Amino acid sequence: MTQNRSWIPYLLILPTVVFLGLLFIVPLVQTVWLAVSDNGVPSLANMQTMVSDINFGRSILNTFLLTLAVVPIQIAMALAMGTMVSKVNGGRETILWIWTIPLGISDLAAGMVWLSILQNTGYLNTLLFSMGLIERQTAWLTYQTPVALFIGIAIAEIWRGTAIVMIIIVAGLNQVPKEFKEAAEIFGASPWTRFTRITLPLIRPALQSALILRTVLAFEVFAVVYALGGRNFPVLVGEAYNWQNQNQNYGVAAAYAVLIMVISLAATLFYLKVVKVDPERLP
Amino acid sequence: MSTVSNTGFISARRFLLWSGIVALCAWVLVPIYLVALGALGGRSGVYQWPKTVLPTGISLEPFLLFLRTEGVFQSFLNSLGAAGITVALSILLGAPAGYALARYNFRGKDSFRLLVLLTRAFPLAILALPLTVSFIRLGLYDTVVGVGLIHTVLALPFAALVTQGIFLGVPRELEEAAWVFGCTRIQAFFKIVAPLALPGLVATAVFAFVISWNEVFAASVLTVRNRTLTAYLLTVLSESPMHYRFAGGLLLILPSVVFIFAVRRYLFAIWGISSK
Repeated sequence: MTQNRSWIPYLLILPTVVFLGLLFIVPLVQTVWLAVSDNGVPSLANMQTMVSDINFGRSILNTFLLTLAVVPIQIAMALAMGTMVSKVNGGRETILWIWTIPLGISDLAAGMVWLSILQNTGYLNTLLFSMGLIERQTAWLTYQTPVALFIGIAIAEIWRGTAIVMIIIVAGLNQVPKEFKEAAEIFGASPWTRFTRITLPLIRPALQSALILRTVLAFEVFAVVYALGGRNFPVLVGEAYNWQNQNQNYGVAAAYAVLIMVISLAATLFYLKVVKVDPERLP
Repeated sequence: MSTVSNTGFISARRFLLWSGIVALCAWVLVPIYLVALGALGGRSGVYQWPKTVLPTGISLEPFLLFLRTEGVFQSFLNSLGAAGITVALSILLGAPAGYALARYNFRGKDSFRLLVLLTRAFPLAILALPLTVSFIRLGLYDTVVGVGLIHTVLALPFAALVTQGIFLGVPRELEEAAWVFGCTRIQAFFKIVAPLALPGLVATAVFAFVISWNEVFAASVLTVRNRTLTAYLLTVLSESPMHYRFAGGLLLILPSVVFIFAVRRYLFAIWGISSK
């Protein structure tokens, strides 16, 4: 029966294949071609313009620093949240719902939320003022305060982006069999040993996909930066946006896009290699 | 160890645990509360110094004024339109693919899965950059449909993988029993499989909606006059007063929070599936 109907699955996946072909593969190739050509002739002019731009070095540095600061904190927070909620019986659903709220919040909205706290007459300054730590309103989000601006953007990103990591990790933790932990407990393993020797290795697949997802997203950071710091804090996607929309130079924008893709792809391969998932050790 | 000190130790640990949980809940909720205060406090609220965290001097008036600002309501409708297209396309295209992955073994299945998974390694919104040119040629540039199409690229791989998991959860035997009783494959699908898979499909649709609703970059690159809400807010950002920015933030947050609440039961099942 299945033999003469072997065309069915192909018919079912055809729309997705065509759609992704037209709107994923084709633009991907187009981006690369736009980046390495000039008026239809292969050329490195766009790359040279990108590299010699004044914001190029800073945007690479800023994007990497932000990713390096944000991703590990998010993973650590998500692991802590997952461990905490596994010890709770009543109210578990409500707690998890509150913690997942930021999942529905865009990076632009997150930027505006933290703007209300970090702006000159905002709540951070009010708090510092009432504690006597500052005497007058202090600006944190300007060109002159790069460190404070960096911390502000990182906090907003951590606030918004941790939910997705938490969900993936909790879903992974739910699949760890209780017996493993109980056995370790009987043999006298400390909570820390149980966590590092039992839990962490077993949730490797979840960790891996959380790391890939969050890192790719972190290299895409843009709107939250724009909402908090305007153009005071150049990042890669922000530069691509400016070249495209302000300067109308699609070639240099594409060069930035290729750079971002190469970095994301490299990060993905790095995680696939480093956080190895051994299928035989899975429960 | 005596019983007394043991219970003391345990309750100290429980106290620590619950303080941690409460602190993390506050970390999520307090900023949203504060931006709502900003959105409802109007111009005078922004310049109030020092601030109070109590809801004094707030009213709906500033927020309604923001909604009546030229362009806000239209861009709100555009966002709804783009998200509607994204939901429809990603379910209509993604669910059959998910069904094929769940029910059939066919040559090329692994390559297809690879194509779907490959999208995850790329910052997809960036692909809007080269699409500008083709969209201008096709008349899709600066249209809600164009934005919906690029947002579908973001949501479709997710929908295919999640629906695969959903259909795997519907027992194959039920479907085969329907065939035995004389249903065609299509009848069996709509009478047996679809009702059982419906809650999961609705949750997937909600996620597709949220993905589109929140997307900033592609929407800003592909529109000029027919902006979605995120694109509109991004472009007017530098010239809008503070309380308009907070009102915009609140307007962006409200619908997606409601939707996340609606699908909260499915969050973990869905992400458990899609992160495998």
